[in-house]
Amino acid sequence: MRMKYVLSEVLVGLWRNVTMTIAMIITMAVSLFMLGGSGLLYQKVGDMKDLYYENVEVSIFLKTDATKEQVDALGQQLGQDPLVKDSTYVNKEQAYERFQQMYADAPDLVSAVKPDQLPESYRVKLNDPEQYKAIYDKYKATEGIDTIVDQSKLLDKVFGVLSGFQNGALAIATVMAIAALLLVANTIQVAAYSKRREVAVMKLVGASNWFIQAPFVLEAVVAGLFGSILGLLALIGVKVVAAGSSMAALEGLITPISWSEIFLTFPLMAAVGGVVSAVTAWVTLRFYLRV
Amino acid sequence: MTKTYPKASRPSLDNVSVSIEKGEFVFFIGPSGSGKSTIIKLLLHEVTPNKGRVVVNGKDVTSMRSWKRPHFRRSIGCVFQDFRLLPNRTAYENVAFALEVIGKTKAVARRVVPEVLELVGLGGKEHRYPHELSGGEQQRVAVARAFVNRPLILLADEPTGNLDPDTSIEIMRLLDRINRTGTTVVMVTHDSNIVNQMRRRVIEIESGRIVRDQARGVYG
Repeated sequence: MRMKYVLSEVLVGLWRNVTMTIAMIITMAVSLFMLGGSGLLYQKVGDMKDLYYENVEVSIFLKTDATKEQVDALGQQLGQDPLVKDSTYVNKEQAYERFQQMYADAPDLVSAVKPDQLPESYRVKLNDPEQYKAIYDKYKATEGIDTIVDQSKLLDKVFGVLSGFQNGALAIATVMAIAALLLVANTIQVAAYSKRREVAVMKLVGASNWFIQAPFVLEAVVAGLFGSILGLLALIGVKVVAAGSSMAALEGLITPISWSEIFLTFPLMAAVGGVVSAVTAWVTLRFYLRV
Repeated sequence: MTKTYPKASRPSLDNVSVSIEKGEFVFFIGPSGSGKSTIIKLLLHEVTPNKGRVVVNGKDVTSMRSWKRPHFRRSIGCVFQDFRLLPNRTAYENVAFALEVIGKTKAVARRVVPEVLELVGLGGKEHRYPHELSGGEQQRVAVARAFVNRPLILLADEPTGNLDPDTSIEIMRLLDRINRTGTTVVMVTHDSNIVNQMRRRVIEIESGRIVRDQARGVYG
């Protein structure tokens, strides 16, 4: 009977103040959506870093007039360098093939360029991609070298943008979470006020504290859980919309977010939504009801 | 014991020592602000004394942890001047509520509540709402609620304060009957008529001190 009483009190409580309940659920949902989104993004950025930095290369372009000796000497030097994992020589013909592939949809450009005009290069993989600077310093003065290009510079920019998104999402999640907390506190106060007579009688006749608090706390938890479900639906919606739009073009660049990853964020969102609401409600009651 | 409220210039109760035996019927009288309501609050563990001890039902409640308070309260019934009934519940539901929130089943309530409502003289009015009952009848519901759990002590804080003299007498008869079942009754009042009629132990408090403690006393 007590469980039934508590549950019916929860439903009555949520319904009595339904506009507030909806506001609470919506803010909670937005906050948890942003939290889930930034969690996913964080995971993705990690995955992509592993993937891309693994394949990242430093290209050492040689001057077009570099002599055969200079090229061979550099090749030997690279082969012995402890920073270098692997280096490949790309001659003018290979460079031209790559160039043709890269600009296959711009035949004018391709026909305007002759293999001779393209520089020879070494594609160097580093043991540690972070060590680019050392390589650069070491070889920049070597005879016959034109430029040294580090792909990871570009990747840094891409990841900079992605982690900017992630931080933005986290910031919005935090702000919305604060709004949600205040709404929970307010809702609980209103609920406690509307039930002040019952609470006074319960305290008087010796109802246990948990029994007095449970309906209020559960009310907040139910709202928190509803919020996390809505947040999950929003994440699903974003994936569905993204898959069917221009974002699909980015699939090759950004590793796609799988359904299982989305569903795995739900426990996080539900736990955060539920626990945060419960604690807020409980603390509010401590101050407001002094039970 | 002594109780001083924060910000108060003088103690609400100053070095007061009272002992009430099981089954007694005691009046606390005195002017407003004399400290008699503080006695009720101390007995309910709503406040704790600054000095001295409060022992209720053989248990020292002075240093009782607040989480133990609910269980302790179940051995004490309470009646107030303003009845404190739930307006959206019937007489029956008001009494049953007090049982159900301390974990008694509906079946127990169905057995016990009609009995206690009969005892307080409300047989047949179980399903009236408070606004459909007179002041005296509402107070009877409150007494039924306080007594339904068969407490060892019944505290009454000016229970007749809102009632006319005739109704007050009826409520007093009811409290007297409850006292005869062995329940200790502690009543705070400044209704001189009632005190004079009942002829029970009277403890008079003035400015936080006991000025009189008299068996079979009058209002004076």
